[in-house]
Amino acid sequence: MAAMFSQNPLMNGPNYSFNQGPSTASAGNKEHSFYPYTDNGGSTLAISGSDFTIIAGDTRSTSGYNINTRYSPKVFKIGGTTASQDDATLVLSVVGFAADGEALKERLDAIVKMYRYQHGKPMSVKACAQRLSTILYGKRFFPYYVTAILGGLDEEGKGAVYSYDPVGSYEREQCRAAGAAASLIMPFLDNQVNYKNQYIPDSGVGHELKERERIPLGRNEVEDLVKDAFDSAVERHIEVGDGLQMLIITKNGIEEIYKPLKKD
Amino acid sequence: MNHLPQAWGRPRDDVYGPYDASYLQSSHGPNQHTQSPIVTGTSVIALKFKDGVVIAADNLASYGSLARFTDVKRLRKFADSTVVGFGGDVSDMQYLDRLLISLDTEEAYSSSGHTLNAKNLHTYLAKVFYKRRSDFNPLWNQVLVAGLDGEKKPFLASADLLGTTFTSPSLATGFGAHLAQPLLRKVAPDEEAAAKLTREQAIEAVKESMKVLFYRDARSLDKYSIAVVTKDGIDLKEDEQLEKQSWAFAEGIRGYGTQVN
Repeated sequence: MAAMFSQNPLMNGPNYSFNQGPSTASAGNKEHSFYPYTDNGGSTLAISGSDFTIIAGDTRSTSGYNINTRYSPKVFKIGGTTASQDDATLVLSVVGFAADGEALKERLDAIVKMYRYQHGKPMSVKACAQRLSTILYGKRFFPYYVTAILGGLDEEGKGAVYSYDPVGSYEREQCRAAGAAASLIMPFLDNQVNYKNQYIPDSGVGHELKERERIPLGRNEVEDLVKDAFDSAVERHIEVGDGLQMLIITKNGIEEIYKPLKKD
Repeated sequence: MNHLPQAWGRPRDDVYGPYDASYLQSSHGPNQHTQSPIVTGTSVIALKFKDGVVIAADNLASYGSLARFTDVKRLRKFADSTVVGFGGDVSDMQYLDRLLISLDTEEAYSSSGHTLNAKNLHTYLAKVFYKRRSDFNPLWNQVLVAGLDGEKKPFLASADLLGTTFTSPSLATGFGAHLAQPLLRKVAPDEEAAAKLTREQAIEAVKESMKVLFYRDARSLDKYSIAVVTKDGIDLKEDEQLEKQSWAFAEGIRGYGTQVN
């Protein structure tokens, strides 16, 4: 048996692991000193409501302990008919390696624009979400080093948020925080958007306690949550700050709000 | 059935003979790309003001810690309203220089009469950088592009070997990002402040920053180039000398602690 596959690394008996590579391949891995990725910091956040979606991101760009610039947007309108993107209905946020984020944004935008030419109708969020996943997976072995969040309104006019990992795994969610301060913001969102661990007072004892009812939040409440989430992230994370950019998608189009954050 | 997963899908040795491992990569090794910069230029700094941009870089190309070439011009004019300042590898700078000259020549053939502005040039450079990093064959530079955009407004942006891009009222590469940027940000904290700066204020701030860089950057030189880009054209001076350095205080410093005289 062993003679049939002589190059197999059958050292001291059978071996069932894929980790055992071909024994005659290059001795020692060739390592390049050039590393093609970097981290530009920042954080993004998306929350969907009953008839709107808010996608927000801070505007700071960092490299190491340096601030590159205080205004470098990471939330983009996607798929409008002109360069100004005035009639766009989709929003993409990317955080991580900014050059990959920019490349991903431009590629998705081109694809959504081509879709309109080829099908004579704008692309739905659901379709765009699936397409974005295949774009990311297309670079499975040299990934776009970004966490993407796509937002829009679904076919019923309800707010939709899709979140991604760098290689295209995705799901639709109520809300999602990404980037440097994701671990600071996400638990706050669980509590304040989905009312996790909140119970109705005096509704029972121990496990009998009733959970607080989940009702969709209004737009003003969500805007306040986003601002509070970022204000607290700015306090505790050095890569987050300078400015907060919010894109609010409703049936009337996309509205943009900019608010200053602490610059320290 | 063979139960060893690493053998699945492989040609059987008893049928095809053992696999010829000389086809594996180890025999000839990877292609040689730029793995690290050799002859390098240090900081480039730039600042926007109300009707243009000031940009400066010293005239040194270092070979490691050896100050090897002391008359290297790292600011290059392009398409009559743009100056590109190069930091990083000098051979890659010279390659980009040739690339941009041929781009300029190609553009001159088009009959539209449209010329490339600073914004176009920055986009082009950023795409070249990003493509090359994605091929694992980077151009080891960080560049600042200073000039005017399509609406004749002051334009200043950065692009680097990874394809990262950003714009800001003031920018600095390398050591300048640590030392010059805080000084320039004092003068122009945001776009509104930069839009109120006069030409003289901007030049003064940049010259002051060049001086601080010469004091504290071991790979810098006191001979530098400075360019001012406005609607009226480019004013490029390539043999400037740092002025008003302060060294007199050093006379009073003795020893490393307890020595009195």
